[in-house]
Amino acid sequence: MSKPKVGFNWLASCGGCEEAIIDLNEKILDVVAAVDIVFWPCAMDFKKDDVRAMADGEMDVCFVNGAIRTSEEEEMAHLMRQKSKILIAFGSCSHMGGIPGMGNFFSKDSILKNSYQESPSTINLDGTFPQMETITPLGEVELPEFLEYVRTLNQVVDVDYYLPGCPPPVRLITEALGAILENKLPPKGTVLAPDKALCDECPRKETKPDKMEIAEFKRPYQIIVDSEKCLLGQGLMCLGPVTRAGCEGVCTKANMPCTGCQGPTSRVQDYGAKALSGFASILTSMEEKDVEAVLDSIVDPNGTFYRYSLPSSMMFKSLGA
Amino acid sequence: MSRRIVIDPITRLEGHGKIDIFLNNEGGVDHAYFQVPELRGFEKFAQGRPVEDMPQITSRICGVCPMAHHMAATKALDKVFSVDPPPAAKKIREMVYDIFTIEDHALHFYFLGGPDFVVGPSAPKAERNILGVLGKVGLEVGKKVIGLRKEMRDLMVLLGGKAIHPVLGLPGGVSRGISKEEQQRFIQSAKNAVEFGQFSLQVFNDIVLKNSQYVEWIVSDAYTHKTYYMGLVDQNKKVNFYEGTLRVVKPDGKEFLNFPTDKYLDHVAEHVEPWSYIKFCYLKDIGWKGFEDGADSGVYAVAPLARLNASEGMATPLAQEAYEQMYSTLGGKPVHHTLANHWARLIELLYAAERMQELANDQEITDPNYRVIPTATPNEGIGVVEAPRGTLFHHYKTDEKGRVTMANLIVATQNNAARIAMSVDKSAKGLIKNGQVDDGILNMIEMAFRAYDPCHGCATHALPGQMPLLVRVLDAERNVVRELKKN
Ligand code: SF4
Ligand code: SF4
Repeated sequence: MSKPKVGFNWLASCGGCEEAIIDLNEKILDVVAAVDIVFWPCAMDFKKDDVRAMADGEMDVCFVNGAIRTSEEEEMAHLMRQKSKILIAFGSCSHMGGIPGMGNFFSKDSILKNSYQESPSTINLDGTFPQMETITPLGEVELPEFLEYVRTLNQVVDVDYYLPGCPPPVRLITEALGAILENKLPPKGTVLAPDKALCDECPRKETKPDKMEIAEFKRPYQIIVDSEKCLLGQGLMCLGPVTRAGCEGVCTKANMPCTGCQGPTSRVQDYGAKALSGFASILTSMEEKDVEAVLDSIVDPNGTFYRYSLPSSMMFKSLGA
Repeated sequence: MSRRIVIDPITRLEGHGKIDIFLNNEGGVDHAYFQVPELRGFEKFAQGRPVEDMPQITSRICGVCPMAHHMAATKALDKVFSVDPPPAAKKIREMVYDIFTIEDHALHFYFLGGPDFVVGPSAPKAERNILGVLGKVGLEVGKKVIGLRKEMRDLMVLLGGKAIHPVLGLPGGVSRGISKEEQQRFIQSAKNAVEFGQFSLQVFNDIVLKNSQYVEWIVSDAYTHKTYYMGLVDQNKKVNFYEGTLRVVKPDGKEFLNFPTDKYLDHVAEHVEPWSYIKFCYLKDIGWKGFEDGADSGVYAVAPLARLNASEGMATPLAQEAYEQMYSTLGGKPVHHTLANHWARLIELLYAAERMQELANDQEITDPNYRVIPTATPNEGIGVVEAPRGTLFHHYKTDEKGRVTMANLIVATQNNAARIAMSVDKSAKGLIKNGQVDDGILNMIEMAFRAYDPCHGCATHALPGQMPLLVRVLDAERNVVRELKKN
């Protein structure tokens, strides 16, 4: 049997997802031996036209990281979909919008204005902005359109599987590749990570109080953090209880709270809403004014609870975008 | 008849970029545009976020350079909260930063830029990649490269939780310290890294310098630009990645500026062009004079070669030796040959390894006092580091609760953008003659910017990028008369 054809591509991405693949280290040699990589702009010289020349569905699997912010990325998402049998959204940006998805808190115009006009180091007296078409004496030079919103991959094309994380943990990538090669993929739409909360695999779990008595959320710089005890128990906003496991608590191991990059488990529709209600329920036993004081100590609830998932949230969907 | 060539996507570099080349009737190049077709808007959506989250949020600008953003942001936080981290914290930060630089420079040399030299610029494109490199240098060497990279990244994970998007930095210190046992691991790995640095310079010597064709390319006019150069230096004007003042030298190598980093707005400005989402930096003291070489133009360069040009040497002995060797081979300082960036990168790799070794052996690095809790009301701060691809500026202002009200970021590739655009134009003009274009020539044009290791992930923090190849033949009325594909 011929080797499966695999592609990797990035859209509005930071490149961290690509690094995560390179972080397979020596295992990458096994991958290369087992599959035929037919597109990977980060590491190989195949160009867009090589993909265009492929037959529909010619790639067996394509991993796409990054969100969709420009018209070109939208076009590439469609191209990848058309040429692949299995399309995998790889990483938080592709899965839920990711950190760049927080751009959806602001209008497109305010982002452009901030960048090209308001920035203190920019000198732009004649108000130049990047244009989709610039007429030069030589001809037209084009730029893709900066779209109104950041969208997830499945808001643009049909997606078969999701690999969560920012970036996805190497172990999950290895398992997914194994499942593909052995033809043991779960049902379409599955998120390829354990379907339980991070707290379940956190070494600090034993010290997590059954009932939280949080009088005030602390910010990580305000206290010396105990490196053994549950971070939430120490008053830090640790999102472990509402975040999907699979990363093995890498941030908590480094003494910092979970910020939720793996997204929610399958039982949750909207990550931020779940996080909010989860933390509110911790506080229900308190007097209203105490609850208010605690909530007040969360200085940026939107950015805290929708850090990686704003484009995929109900809030954003209700904008009709 | 005029033709137009589009290289899209540019490959083997971070993020997206595009080259648009206009040919004239004689088959020469009228102009080549280097474009960054993407923007993401970090500076805007930072607004309203807790400033202590900036080291993690801004690391998502770039997953190749996350540690650089993480560190520039962390240093800015010290200023925002007016706190001075204890010595152990500073040493841990600088050491993890050196570890990152070692790994990142190795990645660029062997995976991204190196294939052009090691496998050859006109080799079939299916071979111009790390696999081709392994084929050429042998699996043993390949395993050594992969092994070293893994070793460095494991150490970053140990300290920062994740190598990609670490969580180590806090205002006033770091989130965890180093135990005495762990210190031994760092010491051992530093030794390996120093050996690897020497080994890599040897590889460069054997494969590149002993090949007269490559040396010819390095010094050829197509890859040469005389601009200003900028880099962080310590009190002795030696290269430093983590802290110091910013020194700028003129195209003739003489010092032009040496300023504290928090004065960046006095000296660095950004210019907007309608045909690219990236902004073009220039020296404010001189002004924007267009995409021009020379002392009258404000265009400057950053990154390995620029750092070496802007300094008076390396602060460690083996790297200093390599530094002297490079300048004596290439005819003295400054060196204006873009492709010499690869050489400079390996010299820096060796420096970072030696510096890692000094810090790992420093007894103070295991001091449990690695955090100071800030008490001042947060306000404003500027943090600057040398990212592998050049000087990186982070500047924040906050409200009294420490929520960001203004964020300004100037990333390495932005500093270099004007010179990169010039390099692409010049190499296209130098390499395309009589309308002759093939895959090898186009790849050699890509080499002009690949040498800078430009990071479009970073460059596009403000907006989003991609790279393939299409040659469009346009007649005088700009109608497409013929289309050639890269193959
Ligand atoms: S998911 Fe994270 S690592 Fe991947 S592209 Fe997005 S920001 Fe980068
Ligand atoms: S709340 Fe955080 S620190 Fe506590 S057990 Fe869960 S993941 Fe671990």
